[in-house]
Amino acid sequence: MTGSRDLTDIADRVVGWAADGEAVEAVVGRSRHTEVRAYEGDVESLSSAESMGVGIRVVLGDRQGFAYAATFDDDVLAETLAEARDNASFASPDPHVGLAEPDGVAVPTLDLFRPSLLQVPTEDKVAMALELEALVRAGDPRISGVESAEFVDAMGEACVASTTGIRSESASTACYVAVSCLAEEDGLTQTGFGFSVGGELGDLVPADASDDAVMRSTRLLGATKPASTRATVVLDPYVTAQVIAILGSTLSGEAVLKGRSPFAERLGDEVGSPLVTLVDDATNPLAYTASATDGEGLASRRTSLLADGVLQAFVHNAYTGRWAGTASTGNAVRGGFKSTPGVGCRALALAPGQLDQPALLRQVGDGVLVSSVIGMHSGVNPVSGDFSTGAEGLRIAGGELGAPLREFTIASTLQKMLRDVEAVGSDVDWLPMSAAGVSLVIRDVTISGT
Amino acid sequence: MAVIEEDVLSRVLGAALQGGGEFAEVFAEDKRSTSAVLDDGRIEELASGRDRGAGVRVISGETTGYAHTSDLSEAGLRAAAEAAGAAARRGGGGSNVVALDRQAVRHPSTVAIQPEDVAKATKVELLRRADEAARGADGAVRQVSARYGDSRRRILVANSEGLLTGDDQVRTLFSVGVVAAGDTGMQTGRQSVGHTVGFELFDRYEVEDMARKAASRAVTKLGARPAPSGEMPVVIGAGGGGVLFHEACGHGLEADLVAKGASVYRDRVGQQVASPLVTLIDDGTVADEWGCFGIDDEGSPAQRNVLIQDGVLTDYMWDVTRGRKEGRPRSGNGRRQSYQHLPMVRMTNTFLANGTEDPADIIAGTDHGVYVAQLGGGSVNTATGDFVFGMWEAYLIEDGVVTEPLREGNLIGNGPQVLTDIEALGDDFAMGSPGTCGKDGQGVPVGDGVPTLRVRSLTIGGTAA
Repeated sequence: MTGSRDLTDIADRVVGWAADGEAVEAVVGRSRHTEVRAYEGDVESLSSAESMGVGIRVVLGDRQGFAYAATFDDDVLAETLAEARDNASFASPDPHVGLAEPDGVAVPTLDLFRPSLLQVPTEDKVAMALELEALVRAGDPRISGVESAEFVDAMGEACVASTTGIRSESASTACYVAVSCLAEEDGLTQTGFGFSVGGELGDLVPADASDDAVMRSTRLLGATKPASTRATVVLDPYVTAQVIAILGSTLSGEAVLKGRSPFAERLGDEVGSPLVTLVDDATNPLAYTASATDGEGLASRRTSLLADGVLQAFVHNAYTGRWAGTASTGNAVRGGFKSTPGVGCRALALAPGQLDQPALLRQVGDGVLVSSVIGMHSGVNPVSGDFSTGAEGLRIAGGELGAPLREFTIASTLQKMLRDVEAVGSDVDWLPMSAAGVSLVIRDVTISGT
Repeated sequence: MAVIEEDVLSRVLGAALQGGGEFAEVFAEDKRSTSAVLDDGRIEELASGRDRGAGVRVISGETTGYAHTSDLSEAGLRAAAEAAGAAARRGGGGSNVVALDRQAVRHPSTVAIQPEDVAKATKVELLRRADEAARGADGAVRQVSARYGDSRRRILVANSEGLLTGDDQVRTLFSVGVVAAGDTGMQTGRQSVGHTVGFELFDRYEVEDMARKAASRAVTKLGARPAPSGEMPVVIGAGGGGVLFHEACGHGLEADLVAKGASVYRDRVGQQVASPLVTLIDDGTVADEWGCFGIDDEGSPAQRNVLIQDGVLTDYMWDVTRGRKEGRPRSGNGRRQSYQHLPMVRMTNTFLANGTEDPADIIAGTDHGVYVAQLGGGSVNTATGDFVFGMWEAYLIEDGVVTEPLREGNLIGNGPQVLTDIEALGDDFAMGSPGTCGKDGQGVPVGDGVPTLRVRSLTIGGTAA
């Protein structure tokens, strides 16, 4: 562990190469990760990886260009800067183009780097993957196989620096165990998954991951296809998180300004049930995607998107903030050093309600619990709002979970689902994604089956 | 790419096997890419990227060790080799130096114009033309985005069996997305074309045609009614529906999933798994198609594999790991996203062989159902066989006639059931749009294709009764 000092040196050097009259931003990143997979009591694979590189953005007047290179080699970086500069000359002039500028918002102190993770011997990582696989296999006599059982750890460091005075360093560690298993009964197979996430080894609870995977796979055994109907659905926290993430994408400044959001003209309107309060807050250390700064090096901050169903705000990076006549909300997102900053929600969470899932089920009485969805990317259109996704789950009858169901879809529109929210659970679950999970009750959803 | 000397490779492979281990491999990659994006009427971004590095894999017993580096010097490669060897650590002394035998490779495609030789201004001009054509296509068009992308990926594979080979893979892609708005809100349409060729792609396709197709899809959907809900016959248009087979059975025929019991097609070789109309082929040698190459990412030449012949399952797809375990030859299906990833069993171009019926008769023979002209992406749970795919362009069929357009939604079905339910196959085979297939977090380019066909019953995930 050399610290991100050397990354900052590289970023400073690239920024120092800026010619007169041009603005340059360098994002320098390095990450390491280890992945151990266990299979049938043995190590199936062990991979270790380190990747690094520099992304360079050049703004010349009102044009922007970008190039990246997956190396720290000075000659290549000089070439990459030249390439970015050349690329800028082909961009259309755009008065809003520009790098982020320091905005005075204090960078929060978040404890996201756990040096202890870097000290873990490989044997311990292997042992944890093997333990997880063994737990699942022993978890229920109906478990017929473990498709994958893995331990993964990752360390990432980055520095963003620019001629406009940005200079931000960040470093974080994360690790998780994840398992996906098969359960079999009467010749029919079902699958389940589970995981446990943390910042260091001691945070991980393989038994939780195992219990989830075993429960998810075995409770679906014997599942049948339901008849088509309209019903009240209860989304499991993991499903809610995926729905919220798509909703968040419709609230990005870019989608709004470019006319691709169904909520573009709705600021200040009551677009959802009064039960819906949605916040984006990457400063929350509980969030898996917590980070002190955004992809342009500005401080992360809390943005209230929906309060009691009323649309409060959209999220912005420096570019869309300028275009919208406001300012960045610290929502520049980028996929490492290989891309320019986009704009998006970073750590979404619904304000929780009063009831846990069993109490919600009793309140619903009759309906469907959706335990997993498939095909969100193919059946949900964040521009039109049309929503349709494959689903598995359990019937809710008399306030209790009943027969397992499979091979059906749930459909509505994002706009209508927001209005049809009947309850938000109290069971907030910080999942390894950019949105937190919570049980969510939505009425009048179309179930397509037989 | 920076050439790695043959004797360096020999020594690195030797070092990889030093701690014991039966198989070692060096995979080196040098990829350059360009992308240009137009959105909201402006050329937003022209970006260039360079990725270069090597991964070393060591297989020892049941264990695979893997490490990669962006340092292609002998010292860098040896460090990766030692890390991979240690990861696979299992007893026994090792071999030392591996003798390599360079293999000639015949790439299915020839590249007429290297994209790197084309001026950036020429690439950017394509985007402007597409923008203009889409906006001019209909007054309801509100927003247009277009993307140009090219990549040149040079790879080298050397392994302890003595193999030394390489490939030069050039791909060019263009896509257009359109938003149209009307009284019913907004709708989207898109069109993309991609081939394993150079810039001559644009001698074969007019970007204006692509733009107008995308615009027409968006505008048509403004008048669309909600898709129905429930089971009904579905006719899938030629070229528009290959993803159906990619999801319904392609993934389930990948030997790694089969071996782990995570496939409904396990233990079914030699059995009737589909309607006798179905002959399914995976073929990495189809010239110019998005999923073609000279060698796969383990150095095996691309080949044509018949997976299902007249409804009977003939074979699975294989890579080095699964082939070694089961004493099987590789089938040219070992692929990886980049040098940072371990290869897995992956599809290439997966398609259905042509049928004999007139596609017009297939539609006319459908009383009440849905005609899907273009499928979107899909997903599958290979263990249960349940899969979904999106419909980006679909219509009702009423009394044998294609009528009203439908809004978007997913279709859901079960692979083995759908394969048996294929009841009509047209004579109008066409390859479809370029796709990126995701598995275990790795994306690789794949192609697909089908003639017009009818499935007896699929569940349409709409909202209408």
